[in-house]
Amino acid sequence: MTSTNIRTPQGLVYVAPAELIAPEPAPPSSRGAWGWARAHLFGSVSQVLLTLFGALLVIAVVPPVLRFFIFDAVWTGTNREACLPQTVGRDVGACWPFIWAKWNQILYGFYPETERWRVNIVYVLGIVLLVPLLVPKAPYKRLNALAFFGIYPLVAFVLLTGGNVSMRNFVLGSFGLDFGLTATAGGLFLSFWVQFAVVAALVAALVASVSPFFGTARSDAAKSVLKGFAVFGLVLLVMDVDFGLQEVETRRWGGMMVTLVIAVTGIVASLPLGILLALGRRSELPLVKYSSIIFIEFWRGVPLITVLFFATYMLPLFLPGRFTIDGLLRVLVGVTLFASAYMAEVVRGGLQAIPKGQYEGAMALGLRSSFMMRLVVLPQALKLVIPGIVNNFIGLFKDTTLVLIVSIFDLLGVLRAAFTDPNWATPTTVFTGFGFAGIIYFVFCYGMSRYSMMLEKRLDRGRRH
Amino acid sequence: MADVRRSDEGPARRWSWTDPALRSAVIQVSLALILIWMAWSFFANAQANLARQGIASGFGFLENSAGFGITQTLIPYSESMSYGRAFLVGLLNTLLVAVIGIILATIIGFFMGVARLSQNVVIKALASAYVEITRNLPPLFQILFWYLAVLSTMPGPRQSWRFGAQPALGVLGDWSNAIGLAGLGDWFKGLSAGMAAPGVFLSNRGLVVPRPLFEPDFNIVLAVFAVSVVAVFLIARWANKRREATGQQFPTFWVGLAVIVLPALVVSLALGSPVSFEFPELKGFNFVGGIRVIPEFVALVLALSIYTAGFIAEIVRAGILAVSKGQTEAAHSLGLRTGPTLRLVIIPQAMRVIVPPLTSQYLNLTKNSTLGVAVGYPDLFAIFAGTTLNQTGQAIEIIAITMAVYLIISLITSALMGWFNKRVALVER
Repeated sequence: MTSTNIRTPQGLVYVAPAELIAPEPAPPSSRGAWGWARAHLFGSVSQVLLTLFGALLVIAVVPPVLRFFIFDAVWTGTNREACLPQTVGRDVGACWPFIWAKWNQILYGFYPETERWRVNIVYVLGIVLLVPLLVPKAPYKRLNALAFFGIYPLVAFVLLTGGNVSMRNFVLGSFGLDFGLTATAGGLFLSFWVQFAVVAALVAALVASVSPFFGTARSDAAKSVLKGFAVFGLVLLVMDVDFGLQEVETRRWGGMMVTLVIAVTGIVASLPLGILLALGRRSELPLVKYSSIIFIEFWRGVPLITVLFFATYMLPLFLPGRFTIDGLLRVLVGVTLFASAYMAEVVRGGLQAIPKGQYEGAMALGLRSSFMMRLVVLPQALKLVIPGIVNNFIGLFKDTTLVLIVSIFDLLGVLRAAFTDPNWATPTTVFTGFGFAGIIYFVFCYGMSRYSMMLEKRLDRGRRH
Repeated sequence: MADVRRSDEGPARRWSWTDPALRSAVIQVSLALILIWMAWSFFANAQANLARQGIASGFGFLENSAGFGITQTLIPYSESMSYGRAFLVGLLNTLLVAVIGIILATIIGFFMGVARLSQNVVIKALASAYVEITRNLPPLFQILFWYLAVLSTMPGPRQSWRFGAQPALGVLGDWSNAIGLAGLGDWFKGLSAGMAAPGVFLSNRGLVVPRPLFEPDFNIVLAVFAVSVVAVFLIARWANKRREATGQQFPTFWVGLAVIVLPALVVSLALGSPVSFEFPELKGFNFVGGIRVIPEFVALVLALSIYTAGFIAEIVRAGILAVSKGQTEAAHSLGLRTGPTLRLVIIPQAMRVIVPPLTSQYLNLTKNSTLGVAVGYPDLFAIFAGTTLNQTGQAIEIIAITMAVYLIISLITSALMGWFNKRVALVER
């Protein structure tokens, strides 16, 4: 190797040695398995003590847990006799037959047995649509997202409830204007659809009349309103048609099904509301800004249970007397309001992370503020906060357990009810049930948190050019 | 934009559809109209609905006699007292859970957060397992687990778990016998037999601890204690000033501890121990004497502090990792050992990152204390939105009050932690 000399205008300042000195090998004490163990297990007295303490703890906890759930567990049987120490003749661990016996309740609650295929379709369809959505490399993302967020909820609604909501009144009906049409055609109330068309036309006209305030052409505004009503009408139509499915009241829903319905509805419904609130909070109009802030801080400041009580006991009082809202729907409203406040803060974080240059760039192109948000800022902000949204979802998934308190039987509620079944009362039933529920919640939450970390890494890599 | 073009024509602005001021006025007026309409219709509907159900609105019901018992009261309460008094009992119970839970969660959380950064792989793995498991199980699940699976299956009072010097010595004696030190074992056993009954029992009836009984002389001890606290405060200020002026360290902590403990101890001995303890005793099927902590409280506090500690551990870990490695190296190069480095250099800087998220965890714990209703812990929510709502049917008033209380607790906690945060925040020149 030749010497590396550094020359500056002042002359030669550094002469590197012609031969670099070969690096010495590391001392034996810090090499290999021995060195690793010294550094990580017993480098000093305190380290040795810590290691011993940790090992003792592991020995005290892990073998008994394994013995309870696997080696000493009873795997087959039809009632409590199978899990009693007297019958088995040894110490008995987990009583798994209890879980098999309650399996249908865990999955479907008290959903009628003959109709459970509907729930199965919803489960399978959900998995089929969700998995490709979660795999970053899968193609047709846009189509997939549309199917999952647009069409799937509707299909799930019709399958789970039985559809055929038989809608008689649209807005005008509540003012007594039902046009005297009571005829039905194909299970649809004509009066409802006439009202719907009239309201659509009226709203379109109203919007067209004020559209110049927002710099939109009247015809464009009217068209987009009519489009919105068309989509809305299509949704209502699907709910209105009689598919011949038996109606299943939400009182009979339960188990995993309710847990998933509440968590998914909460997150999907809170997303648009949360985005609106986040934009409102950053608005320059004082009334918009402060009403958003009050809304967000209020819902974030109270416990979810009070929100559920609010929805269950107070909301019905606030609505006109002729409305009776379903118990599950009330809870969904409460959860959505609560989740949207949290979602708004997540989205706000994303909006704040967008560099000012993006706003300025959009303005320089002459985009109006609504377009700037829709085309430039929001897509980037939402992409940034996907991990935050997943974390919100994990929180919501854990929070669904609270519906137990307003007598809706989710996964945990069903299991808790199962504990009181005298057919299965054994000393280990409760531990088995908690162990099983714990595994399910852990698998879901841990899986989602790993997924969100994976996304975070991916998105981070995408941002570093 | 349109404005810019118009400004060329002169100061006289013509009326325009798209004038930003006009647009914002239109938006705000319509929002105001919608809000007013919503408020009015809610109000009108509520009036009509209440009238139909025959419920008188208003807060007069707070003065009516409650007529239900409460299993844990920090202030005197009986069934004949008013709903307002029951509300106060519930509020205190909520605050008790929140305060004890926050203290426990902070201790466990800091411990686990530091343990997760340990060099020792066993400790690190254990702490990681703790964090992952506690964070990924719903809090209500954990509360029910402690209540239904652990505390309910505990043995009855007769076979309750005993904690104290006597059972500990007995266990030591057993261990000594087991490893062949019979002499030592017998000595421990003898010592154990000579000791007073254990002070702490854990059974399916909850936790029983000794009750301190204060005699009038105790006020003198309290006064001495108060003087000591003031003295310690002054010593700390003086030590700080001297350190800033001369650089000399003063062992403030140990001196402070001595100043607080010793005078009070000496005075109380001189007065002949004005505090005595009423030890719980097993009589018949239950304990007599001592303070009984109901199992609902034990389950709630355990579950909430263990759950929240998982989050606090992650916050602490992130906070410590946020302090750059150069700080540790600089402290080491100044000759500080690991302990002082952590205490004097790393933790104070990490606090800046830790405090804001820590605040929200404290708030979460307080809000989650409402979950006690699932096991029947008589907190504000269970007493008020549970029993009182059932009895009176005053849904609007009761839920509004409950929400308002939690909102106020949230705001106060945020304000306090905000003040603390300002104190520890980095002061930039």
